[in-house]
Amino acid sequence: MSATTNTGLSRLQLWLALGAGAVSVLGLALALVAGDAPVHLLAFLLLGTATLLRLRLPVPLWIDGLLMLMGAIALLLTLPLFVAEPSYFWLALLACWAFAWLFVERLSQAIRTRQLSGRVFGLLIPVLFGVALLFIWEVVTRGANVPQVLLPAPSQIWTRLLASVPTLVADFQQTFLKAVLAGYAMGCGAGFIVAILVDRSPFLKRGLLPIGNFVSALPIIGIAPIMVMWFGFDWQSKAAVVVAMTFFPMLVNTVAGLNQASSIERDLMRTYAASYSQTLLKLRLPAAAPFIFNALKINSTLALIGAIVAEFFGTPIVGMGFRISTEVGKLNIDLVWAEIAVAAVAGSAFYGVIALIERAVTFWHPSVRGGRA
Amino acid sequence: MTELAPPSQDAMAVVRAQNLGLTFSTNDGDVIALSDVNLTINKGEFVSFIGPSGCGKTTFLRTIADLEQPTSGTLTVNGTTPSDARLNRAYGYVFQAPALYPWRTIAQNVALPLEIMGLADKAERIARTLELVNLTGFENKYPWQLSGGMQQRASIARALSFDADLLLMDEPFGALDEIVRDHLNSELLKLWARTRKTIAFVTHSIPEAVYLSTKIVVMSPRPGRVTDIIESDLPAERPLDIRETPEFLRLAARVRDGLRAGHSYEE
Repeated sequence: MSATTNTGLSRLQLWLALGAGAVSVLGLALALVAGDAPVHLLAFLLLGTATLLRLRLPVPLWIDGLLMLMGAIALLLTLPLFVAEPSYFWLALLACWAFAWLFVERLSQAIRTRQLSGRVFGLLIPVLFGVALLFIWEVVTRGANVPQVLLPAPSQIWTRLLASVPTLVADFQQTFLKAVLAGYAMGCGAGFIVAILVDRSPFLKRGLLPIGNFVSALPIIGIAPIMVMWFGFDWQSKAAVVVAMTFFPMLVNTVAGLNQASSIERDLMRTYAASYSQTLLKLRLPAAAPFIFNALKINSTLALIGAIVAEFFGTPIVGMGFRISTEVGKLNIDLVWAEIAVAAVAGSAFYGVIALIERAVTFWHPSVRGGRA
Repeated sequence: MTELAPPSQDAMAVVRAQNLGLTFSTNDGDVIALSDVNLTINKGEFVSFIGPSGCGKTTFLRTIADLEQPTSGTLTVNGTTPSDARLNRAYGYVFQAPALYPWRTIAQNVALPLEIMGLADKAERIARTLELVNLTGFENKYPWQLSGGMQQRASIARALSFDADLLLMDEPFGALDEIVRDHLNSELLKLWARTRKTIAFVTHSIPEAVYLSTKIVVMSPRPGRVTDIIESDLPAERPLDIRETPEFLRLAARVRDGLRAGHSYEE
């Protein structure tokens, strides 16, 4: 951890710094030999080489951040200049990536040792990670001329996304706002109600739990066409598939959650001569809340997957799953990716909203109250 | 319906057990938890049950509370069956663990029985019972924000809030360290003096039993039974240092003898 040398860097950081500097030196040499390197890339490689001075002088972590930024801009500006990128270009990308890693390493160390506020800079690290992934994706797909059918660049996907907003909005409405939300509400609601019934009656417990188990074991590609037969081509059949997928996780989790209250807590209710519904409302449901929210979170992602896959089996000419299946056939892979991006953002936001509600409702649970106790 | 004792005898009796027995059926055969227990707890008494684990002291308390069903003999609480007494909300029960609901604040926890029983003037009852256990000012804290001793005091307040005349306490201070325990013991005595409740108190600490009680019931295991009932002659006013007086030590010695007599070294 803190095997710091006289440069103030940990062992890993020192290796990263040496690597970034060495790759810069090599890239600079190759660029000078080739003689066709643009000025901005030369400047980046030169400054990268200069950071080797840190063996003598302390270099603040912001210099590494600045170099990372500068390298990224220089690489993006260099991209359109060549048909096939020269080798020093890839070395510059390697150096840029090393500077980014070094910067994040030093940033997290500074936050750990409380030199920098985690509140302000803590978010920077995951954001940088995401941006770096997108950046490398962009540079590699364009720089190495990866066929668009295999993997389009993020910029292409973004352009396509902006160009097809009306289509995407219509698909989102059809799939998410109608099929997913309706199916999710019905599936989770039914799972919850059946769980209460199962809890009330041991007879139902023996009968309904195996049936729920059986339904959840049915393959989605098997039930989706049948649901289309039963409920028609529109969103109702997709909602039915979502119901079938979300019902069982909710049922099992709620049944398990209702058994969470300890025997002392139940005895307490008994000494008050509390009724079944009083015990349920004031003790067992609050105690079950962490389990119920687990099911709600699992189901939030299951519902979206279920609705999209179900649309592969018959749908009106709108919907995220329909769009993906038809545009793949037309080799419009960038639109498929745009649709995937919308699904990913919608799914994450859905999950995030449920997780926020969970935090507010189960604030008392040890896993949530953590820092506040 | 159980047969009731003549009213003249029963007027003062809150709990009356006659030839009470309870046998648990387990996979390893029957376990006799209580055998032939005869005992009367009168109104206003502080009765301690002491004995090694397995002697049935907790089982007896749970039987009074209708949390276990006796298999022989009769048991009356306030002259009725334990079941009717429970439905009449005749007692408050303090468990070994505080069992406060973590999603409720201290005030809301104390309000729990009031909500269930539909009692009025909640705010006044909460304020009064929290004051009794010295927790005024902690109304809006959550249980996990308080120490173990404070949590157990809150659970006592919860048992007091609906004004049952009988308080059943099952090793309420067993998990606390000795200093906190001493403090809570003297507070419990003050509380008892102020409220004049009938208290049945399970413990395995001899000093605790002698310090608190007007009557000490010594029990022994296998089968669970009462071996001695000791009426305490200590004064009502009991400062903590009463535990160094000869009277106290004499009572403690008698309890210890009772425990030793009932103890077997068979296994």
